[in-house]
Amino acid sequence: MKVKLEARQISLEYGRPASNSRIVALSGIDLTIFENEFVSIVGPSGCGKTTFLSVVDGLMPATSGQVLVDGVIVSRPGPDRAVVFQDSSLLPWRTVIGNVIYGLECAGATAAMARERSQHFIELVGLSGFEDRYPYELSGGMQQRVNLARALVMDPQILLMDEPFAALDAQTRELMQEELLRIWSEAGKTVLFITHQIDEAVILSDRVIVFSARPGRVKATIDVPFERPRSLRLKRSPRFHEIEDRIWHLIQDDAPRSHLLAGNP
Amino acid sequence: MTIAAPQAGGNSIPTSTPLPRERYAAFERPILGALALTIFLLFWEGVARGWWADLLHPILGSNADALRVRPIFLASPSTIATSAYSMLFETGELWPHLGLSAFEFVSALAIAVTLGVPFGLIVGRYQYLSYAVEPLLAALNATPQIALLPLVVLWMGTGVAARVFIIALLMIVPIVISAHAAVRTIDARLLRLARSFSASEAQVFKTIILPASFPYLLAGLRLAIGRGMIGIVVGEVYGSAVGIGVMINRAGSTFKTDRVFVGVFTIVIAGLLLSELVRRLERRVGVWRESAVDVQ
Repeated sequence: MKVKLEARQISLEYGRPASNSRIVALSGIDLTIFENEFVSIVGPSGCGKTTFLSVVDGLMPATSGQVLVDGVIVSRPGPDRAVVFQDSSLLPWRTVIGNVIYGLECAGATAAMARERSQHFIELVGLSGFEDRYPYELSGGMQQRVNLARALVMDPQILLMDEPFAALDAQTRELMQEELLRIWSEAGKTVLFITHQIDEAVILSDRVIVFSARPGRVKATIDVPFERPRSLRLKRSPRFHEIEDRIWHLIQDDAPRSHLLAGNP
Repeated sequence: MTIAAPQAGGNSIPTSTPLPRERYAAFERPILGALALTIFLLFWEGVARGWWADLLHPILGSNADALRVRPIFLASPSTIATSAYSMLFETGELWPHLGLSAFEFVSALAIAVTLGVPFGLIVGRYQYLSYAVEPLLAALNATPQIALLPLVVLWMGTGVAARVFIIALLMIVPIVISAHAAVRTIDARLLRLARSFSASEAQVFKTIILPASFPYLLAGLRLAIGRGMIGIVVGEVYGSAVGIGVMINRAGSTFKTDRVFVGVFTIVIAGLLLSELVRRLERRVGVWRESAVDVQ
């Protein structure tokens, strides 16, 4: 298997002049993700999951350590990676298609080509017929579909997903998980997925990485052995619960500390 | 004047025509607005014509004459309307004044917008610039720019250029301040999005900053229009021979109060029309903005 994404000894600290202190958000994170692998990171709130994702995307510089894509060090956002943000971050003055097109537009694609590509991905995420709606006319689930299409249309090799379903209700979330599994199997991407929902991490991933409470460190890596394609019915099986339980205990060990520190998620 | 409202009792019988009360409710705003305006104009007309003095004479005696105002102090609405009609359509003398003032206003607006909007947006975009310029902006905002008029006359004389300058100076302040504030309040998540897609700085301005600021810019424009109207009147105090402000000043010093009001109302109407124009623009961008709260 080919290594797609590698994080080497990523640490991140920042100063807090107001309280005259320094905060260590991430401490020596090593992580290797193979091509077309689906990896989730779970951990107590405030453990730096989202911060780590920002470092991988190049939005935030690490204090030390490197991120490598295909063995090449990256330090800024690039077309090889695309983020699906936690809040949909849609441009409220643009329609669905206007939002999906946004990344292509920034990359300098011609309008006709961009529209055609976007149309394809709008169909893929199941939003045909909503091209000309504005974000406020869409439900939370639909907004996240746009968010996903906007990332997919860039044809990135690596998809970075930051708790994309956290704000959705339970039913919509399960529906989106199913959709994501379908899209992932069709599109064939390497995915780094951040979540605080253990069952979500297990159902989606090949591997689940457990982060410890602040400072964020890799505490454990759990392989998820289930065959693909997976159906959501898997969530009812004893084997699934067993894995869920293991992860739950790993996170739980850290939880009391993290509650005290959870001021800044 | 109230319209008798029949009580709609219990379960209504389906009918095709709305009740009188419902019909009134639909037009309550324009009806009450027009009513108040009519009462105000009637009262004014009465003051100018001595109606109220005559009416109250039996009760108040000669004290009632205090309610009688001579036309050199206050023209009646009907006289004002007659003068306005004559100045517009008989002698046509209002048009050159209106033309020059409109020219001054539009030139000043163009200058204020083309300089103020980019300046405000750029300063707002970069924190160090923002920190550097904020005190200056606060000071400029606190300055009554009208007070600089003598200086402007000293520098630029009393020509059209000087008046355009002072009007533009009045207008640019709210434009710069609103543009600056607009950028400072842009949702950081949208800027992060642009960065994640490797948007160039020019693209950030075009795709995020400008559209996100647009509603604020219109609010600033609205303030600027009001200040520009003040600028027209005050700016024309010195030296000018033509213009609405000149006309008002000249009419005032010759006790032609009807003509003063014709000038004032011209400005009022122009201001209202421009505000309406801005309001329509606001409603167009409001397509996405009105429900922006729901997105969160």
